[in-house]
Amino acid sequence: MALMLKNARCIDPQVGLDEVCDILIRDGKIMEVGHGLSMEKGVERDLSGKVLTPGLVDMHVHLREPGYEQKEDIASGTRAAAHGGFTAVCAMPNTDPVIDNAVGVEYVKARAKDVGKCRVIVSGACTKGLKGEILAEMGDMHAHGVRAFTDDGHGVQDAGMMRRVMDYASQFDCVVMPHCQDDSLVGEGQVNEGVASTRLGMLGWPAEGEELEIARDIALCRLTGCPLHIQHLTTARGLDMVRAAKAEGLPVTCEVTPHHLFLTEDDITDEYPTSLKVNPPLRTADDAVALVEGLVDGTIDAIVTDHAPHTDWEKDREFELAPFGMIGLETSLGLVLTKLVDNGIITYERMIELMAVNPRGILREEPVRLEAGSVADLTVFDPEQTWTVERSGFYSKAGNSGFLGAELKGKATDVFVGGYATMEDGAIVE
Amino acid sequence: MAFPHKHLIDITEYSRDDIMLLLETAAKFKEVNERRIKQVPTLKGATIVNMFNEPSTRTRSSFEIAEKRLSANSLNFGGSSTSTVKGESLSDTVETLCAYKIDMIIVRDKHAGVPRKIADLSGVHVIDAGDGKHQHPTQALLDLFSIWEEKGSFEGLNVGVVGDIAHSRVCGSLLPALKIMGANTVAIAPPTLLPARPDILGADEVTSDIDGVLPDLDVVYMLRVQRERLEGAPFPSLREYNQLFGLTQKRDALMKPDAIVCHPGPINRGVELDSFMADHPDRSVILDQVYAGILVRMAALYLLLGGSNDGIDA
Amino acid sequence: MGNDQEFIKSVCMDAQDIERAITRMAHQILEVNKGAGNLALVGIYTRGDLLAKKLKERISQIEGVEVPLGALDISFYRDDFMTHFAPEVHSTDIPFSIDGKDVVLVDDVLYTGRTIRAALDALMDIGRPAKVELAVLVDRGHRELPIRADFVGKNVPSSSDESVRLFLEEVDGIPSAVDILEVGPGERAGAAPLQLRKGE
Repeated sequence: MALMLKNARCIDPQVGLDEVCDILIRDGKIMEVGHGLSMEKGVERDLSGKVLTPGLVDMHVHLREPGYEQKEDIASGTRAAAHGGFTAVCAMPNTDPVIDNAVGVEYVKARAKDVGKCRVIVSGACTKGLKGEILAEMGDMHAHGVRAFTDDGHGVQDAGMMRRVMDYASQFDCVVMPHCQDDSLVGEGQVNEGVASTRLGMLGWPAEGEELEIARDIALCRLTGCPLHIQHLTTARGLDMVRAAKAEGLPVTCEVTPHHLFLTEDDITDEYPTSLKVNPPLRTADDAVALVEGLVDGTIDAIVTDHAPHTDWEKDREFELAPFGMIGLETSLGLVLTKLVDNGIITYERMIELMAVNPRGILREEPVRLEAGSVADLTVFDPEQTWTVERSGFYSKAGNSGFLGAELKGKATDVFVGGYATMEDGAIVE
Repeated sequence: MAFPHKHLIDITEYSRDDIMLLLETAAKFKEVNERRIKQVPTLKGATIVNMFNEPSTRTRSSFEIAEKRLSANSLNFGGSSTSTVKGESLSDTVETLCAYKIDMIIVRDKHAGVPRKIADLSGVHVIDAGDGKHQHPTQALLDLFSIWEEKGSFEGLNVGVVGDIAHSRVCGSLLPALKIMGANTVAIAPPTLLPARPDILGADEVTSDIDGVLPDLDVVYMLRVQRERLEGAPFPSLREYNQLFGLTQKRDALMKPDAIVCHPGPINRGVELDSFMADHPDRSVILDQVYAGILVRMAALYLLLGGSNDGIDA
Repeated sequence: MGNDQEFIKSVCMDAQDIERAITRMAHQILEVNKGAGNLALVGIYTRGDLLAKKLKERISQIEGVEVPLGALDISFYRDDFMTHFAPEVHSTDIPFSIDGKDVVLVDDVLYTGRTIRAALDALMDIGRPAKVELAVLVDRGHRELPIRADFVGKNVPSSSDESVRLFLEEVDGIPSAVDILEVGPGERAGAAPLQLRKGE
């Protein structure tokens, strides 16, 4: 059956497209992009006033299944993703059991196929059980389609072990994505070390605890040649290291989250809001400014949410006992449109690179382009729609957003995965 | 014109006038404490819960005496962390307490921010009796009281705080309180026991050279070396700590003749203080601080609960 | 403070009236107690303490005896602590033992009797007097408790929407007088001083 998307402003920097036109989709693929297109029979949708882009990808998401379904599961997490405008997410392996072998990979893929509302790209653990001690079966997982390996949630503490991970991984076409955290410096750190830790009387999570591992892993990238993608980078100095590595020609990329871009340690008031307890922690205002610069100048490759759902009862407790993490799938696009694109800090084209093109590239996924022959994974948003972030608006099971109450401009309205609508007019298609 | 606060949680929310009124009120309670019948009926009918989720003998005893001398009904709740042990959440615990129809919760917890959370959850008056490494406002007030009694005022007073400033909730309240009152403050500690930003707390000067600043100090506030929290080994040995930072008889000669010595107790003799200093008849005000604890806690209960049914919601 | 809502309706005692009343009360106290031998005066803050001081001076003039003088603060004994609260507290200052003494409690205006109830409780916590008597400059009626004064300067009929206030030149800076004031809506018809401790 054919699908005709009429009159959207179609933007894709990969093909130099930015104009109001029509897109004809058949058998999950784009048949034609052009003006005044027509078809014999099929469904036609008028998207006047909307913007249509290659489907957005969030390459850092915790779907929590298997093991922590009370927080989120693949059904709810992928609905949240579709609701936020995403056509694909990369699921982190820190589930229970950890996705450190092909069986786990196949389980997540099967569940996603059965109950998912977007594509789920499975990442695998670097080390067994995320313990940083012995290699996970990266080769077998690779054979089952895994192209990204990470011990997300933990830094690999031992430099020799990390070298082994990257050495071993370098034989496959894949990327290693470290969560940079030196436990001996971070310890029980709760918030950024400095003003926040002093003011709130809690142990600090120093910038150096992150930067030291970024520096180490860049050195190991140079040594092993293994592609490296730094997860949720938060500090100005960490960014400088990535900038230098790129200038050197190393295969290094990095990502940032909306919360590290738009929130700082100063937002953690003496109410001790646990929704702002994240790992790595919210940093200084200067760091946030540097991260925005990194988005503009191209040092940063991707915007990701690190969507980390937790139950209310887990978050509603003493700050020092609450788990790290906040959700982000359903606010990411709105935040980026409101705070970066609408303000003229970045263009739509740059946004599409950060949220669609680059994540696919880093994850070795097939590109999606607004041209004939491409897979029809498409995101449509209304750039003028204003809305308030509210718990009741989430498809996620969790409500631990640091942006509740925010007034945003721009919201995804329609999402197509393989030519099928997963969201229409802002509602998930069941 | 009731007291403009409902809680005593964060000392930085109190103005110089608020603190002065509290100290003056505390002084008025001396008369009650020096009578044969050391009790007044002021808080008759008020129910106060002492929720101590962390072991504490001194602070809890001091609050209990203050409550009893004001005739409040007090209930000791918690002990060794009842809620955590049984897996009950803090919110559920607080809601259970509120179902008892209480007027105030005095809370000690090992986690920062808990008193504020309890205040938000319960709607009753809350006094922070020490939260994690964050604050301990009644300790700061009793310290101020002792200093005020000895020195008469705070303006321009040079106060040095020596020791584990990084992990001290006492400091978390005392340094900002001293700044509110107009004193000059020096944080004296090995760098391994300093917080990331002592200036945020209110330290005007930071040094690791106690002998360099001792001659200028009017008040030397010695913090306790928390032996139970020294796992990370922030200094090589107690012996070396005593040599570098201990207030010893040898250092007496460096001090102003009228300088006083404070300590929040309990003292580690031979570590931060030697007996010469701890028992010094002219310098040591350590036992006065203990008495001041009763006075300022009575004053805090009196001011916070007074007129509380008058629609004041600060 | 609510001063703005009050205005003076009438002056029921001027400075001379007050002095005369104090002289008479001093004589009565001495007469009833058969001299000043076992007597002690305890004034209730604020104003009662000042009247007690005047009585002590008058007794000294008449009898040539210095009667022990104390001041009592009843803040900690009030029955309206949770509803009406003024945070300033005065220290009770009774520098002698009241055990076995004939104590004369002194206050400015006797109204509901609640202040005296509190003062009696406070006194009993301090010691065990042989006898307690009450001297007030003005009794304005409207008692809510079974309390009466033994020595009264003047009985002043008043309505409950009026306030009867004692002003003393030494602390208020205006000529001494007992005034009846109109009380605004929502204000209390108490006898608290209009101007707070100006002389302190």
